[in-house]
Amino acid sequence: MTALLELKDVTKRFGGLQAVGHMTFSLNKGEILGLIGPNGAGKTTIFNLINGFYPPTGGTIFFKGKKIDGLKPHTVCRLGLARTFQVVKPLARLSVLDNVMVSAFSRTNHREEARKTALEATTFTEMDAWRDVPAGSLPLGMRKRLEMARALATKPEVLLLDENFAGLNPTEVEKTNAIVKKIHETGITILIIEHNMRVIMAISHRLICINYGEKIAEGTPQEVANNPQVVEAYLGAAHA
Amino acid sequence: MSRKSLIGLLPVAAVLLIPLLTQSPYLLHMFILSLLWIVLGQSWNLLGGYTGQISYGHAAFFGVGAYTTGIMVKSGQSPSTAWWGLLLGGLAAAVVAAFIGWVCFRLRGSYFSLSVLALSEVLRLVAVNWNRLTNGAEGILFIPAFTQKTYYYYIVFALAAVNLGVIRWVMRSKPGYYFLAIREDQDCAESLGIDTTKYKLLSLLISAFFTGAAGAFYMNYMGFIDPGIVFSIPDISIMMILVTMLGGAATKWGPAVGAILFILVSEIFRVWVGSGHLLFFGVLIIAIIIYFPNGIVGTLTDRWARKRRLQGAEAAA
Ligand SMILES: Nc1ncnc2c1ncn2[C@@H]1O[C@H](COP(=O)(O)OP(=O)(O)O)[C@@H](O)[C@H]1O
Ligand SMILES: [Mg+2]
Repeated sequence: MTALLELKDVTKRFGGLQAVGHMTFSLNKGEILGLIGPNGAGKTTIFNLINGFYPPTGGTIFFKGKKIDGLKPHTVCRLGLARTFQVVKPLARLSVLDNVMVSAFSRTNHREEARKTALEATTFTEMDAWRDVPAGSLPLGMRKRLEMARALATKPEVLLLDENFAGLNPTEVEKTNAIVKKIHETGITILIIEHNMRVIMAISHRLICINYGEKIAEGTPQEVANNPQVVEAYLGAAHA
Repeated sequence: MSRKSLIGLLPVAAVLLIPLLTQSPYLLHMFILSLLWIVLGQSWNLLGGYTGQISYGHAAFFGVGAYTTGIMVKSGQSPSTAWWGLLLGGLAAAVVAAFIGWVCFRLRGSYFSLSVLALSEVLRLVAVNWNRLTNGAEGILFIPAFTQKTYYYYIVFALAAVNLGVIRWVMRSKPGYYFLAIREDQDCAESLGIDTTKYKLLSLLISAFFTGAAGAFYMNYMGFIDPGIVFSIPDISIMMILVTMLGGAATKWGPAVGAILFILVSEIFRVWVGSGHLLFFGVLIIAIIIYFPNGIVGTLTDRWARKRRLQGAEAAA
């Protein structure tokens, strides 16, 4: 198994707060790796570190064997690593299609080609009917979907999904589930953060659970779900 | 060429014919000023309206362009070299822009907006004090190359047409999409593969180039500049913003509408009320913003689009 993405002893501090501590794991080519943990555990911060929004306070991140910490997000994106945002970021006054074209331009300078990619990505995520709608007036479910369409249009090798199921109704959850599987079938490697346990247990090949920025368990979904520390972390959070 | 773009060319053709219809120096002067302000409004709009980078100091680029031509003529060039003076003025402004953009665009927020304001004041002081080069506060005076206003009309018309053409072309290609993305959300733009620093700089360079060329034209046409005129914050920097807002920021024809209205209104006030037209123009702006919050063109297109949607919905029902 080859590791596409590797975090080695990665730490991130915000002032006195350690959001991520000594995080080490690798994402293997072709897998779906789930990242779980209570709110505020540091999951989104890990994405922000990988994606280049923050430089790590310590440790190193490798993508395809190349050190990527310290690079700007746009460079990381061009290397083939795309992400979605938990707090969605639609380009509000642009149409859905234009939103996706913007990201398609990361692989081409030609408008027609960008348009073609954007049409494909919106079809793939079943947003055809929404193409002309300004992204700012989309309902939440479609905003989450737009995040995926845009990430796909950058033609990534690795996709980071940050709570794309949150706030969706059961039908939308099924739809998104199917889309994520379809993305995986095209050969894209996925690192996914999700709170919906039913979804993440079913879709992930492996799971990592973090709490207070530190990894507390790693293994098959079953192993992690039965790990006493994990149960403790979730129950502890629920009782707090 | 599609029918739509042919219809779009009609007003352009009409404007081209104006000097054949009137030889009145006064009218031509009004048209020349309008075209000059169209260039200024469109240039500010590219950076402020489309890219979302608000500049409070575009007089810096206007003044550098004007002084480039002024200093050229002062140091012995003939005013009839006005033509390439426009190019040189634009390039000089772009060099200044490259410096300020390179320093400020790494940072977010209002750093750029305020730094460029400070820059225009610094440049004004340089122009006041560097006597040997600029004649200081006295300014630079020369006899313009052409006596016929028609020449200037066609020069500034060409400048406005190239300006509009370049901006339309940019906005329809990759950089244009990137400018809009940067305006909407910089973090998002970065994560979609956009080098935001580089593209903000590109937008600024184009904007400053045309503003500088307009400044150079102004010098050629008026034959006189001083630091207070070309580096003026209210008369140039703020007016460029108002002209754009009045017509509609981030719209294709907004700056042109704003510019024509601005020249028209200030002329009316100059003739009938005397001085203080800036104040009246300010009041007009406030009135228009109340009724046309997105500028005249912006608000009308919005209303029109909404009406069409409603009609579409009715037809479907
Ligand atoms: N930019 C930031 N500045 C300061 N603190 C932050 C910042 N981003 C995240 N944090 C803090 O880091 C911790 C982890 O947050 P986050 O990664 O968003 O958690 P999760 O995604 O697991 O819910 C939280 O305590 C949060 O308040
Ligand atoms: Mg989060």
